[in-house]
Amino acid sequence: MSVSASPVRSSTSIKAVLEKQRLDADTEVWEQRLRQVTARDVEAALASRPGSYSLPRLLALVSPAAEGYLEQMAGLSQKLTLQRFGRTIKLYAPLYLSSHCVNRCQYCGFNEDNAFDRVRLSIDEALAEAEILARAGFRDILLVTSEDRKFITVTYLTELAKVLRARFSFISAEIYQMTASDYRKLFDAGIEGVTLYQETYDRRAYANYHLGGPKADYDTRLRGPDDFGSAGMREIGLGALLGLADWRIETLALGEHASGLFKRYWQSRISFSFPRLRPACGVPTEAFPHLVTDRNLVQMMLALRLCFADAGLVLSTRERADLRDRLVKLGITKMSAGSRTSPGGYSQDHKDTGQFKVDDERNASDVAAMLKRQGLEPVWKDWDRAFLSV
Amino acid sequence: MDKLVIAGRQFDSRLLVGTGKFASPQVMAQALAACGAEIVTVALRRVDIGNPQDDTLREIDRERFLLLPNTSGARTAEEAVRLARLARAATGINWVKLEVTPDPYYLLPDPVETLKAAEILVKEGFVVLPYINADPILAKRLEDAGTATVMPLGSPIGSNQGLKTRAALEIIIEQCNVPVVVDAGLGLPSHAAEAMEIGADAVLINTAIATAGDPCEMALAFKLAVEAGRRAYLAGPRAPTDRAEASSPLTGFLRDE
Repeated sequence: MSVSASPVRSSTSIKAVLEKQRLDADTEVWEQRLRQVTARDVEAALASRPGSYSLPRLLALVSPAAEGYLEQMAGLSQKLTLQRFGRTIKLYAPLYLSSHCVNRCQYCGFNEDNAFDRVRLSIDEALAEAEILARAGFRDILLVTSEDRKFITVTYLTELAKVLRARFSFISAEIYQMTASDYRKLFDAGIEGVTLYQETYDRRAYANYHLGGPKADYDTRLRGPDDFGSAGMREIGLGALLGLADWRIETLALGEHASGLFKRYWQSRISFSFPRLRPACGVPTEAFPHLVTDRNLVQMMLALRLCFADAGLVLSTRERADLRDRLVKLGITKMSAGSRTSPGGYSQDHKDTGQFKVDDERNASDVAAMLKRQGLEPVWKDWDRAFLSV
Repeated sequence: MDKLVIAGRQFDSRLLVGTGKFASPQVMAQALAACGAEIVTVALRRVDIGNPQDDTLREIDRERFLLLPNTSGARTAEEAVRLARLARAATGINWVKLEVTPDPYYLLPDPVETLKAAEILVKEGFVVLPYINADPILAKRLEDAGTATVMPLGSPIGSNQGLKTRAALEIIIEQCNVPVVVDAGLGLPSHAAEAMEIGADAVLINTAIATAGDPCEMALAFKLAVEAGRRAYLAGPRAPTDRAEASSPLTGFLRDE
């Protein structure tokens, strides 16, 4: 294999790393390397220390050759996850704040070109939604918004967080990209984790799917996790939207991205999400040539677990209930439940105008009961506001 | 059996246990009962410490167990001190297992911040049990600061690797005047027995019990191993030598005289 195992210097930017490896541009060479992986390479990867990362190791584990080793990978992943996280699954819920958006992301129900009744919540409305989640038992809440900077301002978010702190032990955000100093303001207000998907690490695909708006710049997007990592965020969430480009190559880029962040922000925890493209209002899935099968999704998850023993692996309600029930035993550490993906969705029914269509429609207590039946403890609270200095 | 004494309080059991990673609070409660532990540590971030009806807390009988809140997750002395104060305000418990672990992966303790926090908490009247790397000088510094124990790790927490730090632990055990509780990385009852055999005053186990196929049986196995190791230590084990000493090959002939 011609892939270098030498770790990159932690000071090297992700942009430089991807460019050097050509993981952002040269799909052909990577497709070829993936095809060249042999059964022996996969076995060597499985025999090396579970949970440690190198690019050649991840390459072997996401290769077509590794498909014959899924059962073995699942066993290792299960064992490693049990050791590091125990028999527990954290539960969280997303709270959508706005569906007004200035971006034109072709896969997203909120994209500017899409005509539907958009909603934005006032702080009071958002608090009312949050109260419904708190009553359902949630203590871990994810604030989600489209790129609606005029309304969902930094001040809006910090004001909201300061009130939510009384009811929720952990608040994180999946929001439009900000500067490091704005992220720091969020952190100081009690928002302690940020998730920002690159969507796709493939520059060509990125340009094809992001037709307009501030998000259309690939390199700006790529800097995001460094900006909130340096702001002190305790949780750094990464992901590629599965369906935009070859998932195997996306996983390799994700591995390189995470590995650099691990070294630079050694006090933060890194998590991976696995958002698969779902049908959304005005977004036909036929337009996406790289849709990911269940088998692919599982392989990706297992490969990342076997390279990152302590990474959080997050699963949303985009996935079917029966699949989620199985994945919780294979390496997942955190999942959402009872999600509504449109602003105001918990108090009113907006099922058709969400960011994506929810598949697992069970409520939080049903999901908690499912976990218990499988011998897992649903964990609602794994943080405390006493950690906050204000 | 001889008693373990921490901060003037006597305990029959030399096995302390953690409460994370169990499949349910009920399984945890059964394991606690099986292992005979009297000191049980809970992560303040996991429980709602002010609420006795919290799922985990209500399974821990406060008549039977000393509840030892821990500050796991704290990245700085400041955070750890804040957590300890909050726990005391909510429960009246002034014991705290001090953990300052800025790295969320290996959860290795920060010696500088731990010492800083210990100094503050001791002054405020806390009984402080600090989790530390197996660093003999740090152990002495903490003892000087007034901590009730030191809790050096055997290997990284949750790693089940056993006593990788044995050489340093032996120095700590030799030099410390406060109880030495080996706190992390003990994956098997034999590891716990080994720690007790070299003279540790107690051990703390969590992952190895919580993630075992049968946590209750494993809890019992650890109980027995800790007792066996302690008895062996008290019995005065012979140091191993590098050759057999079955007879006196050089001077044996003298017996015939």
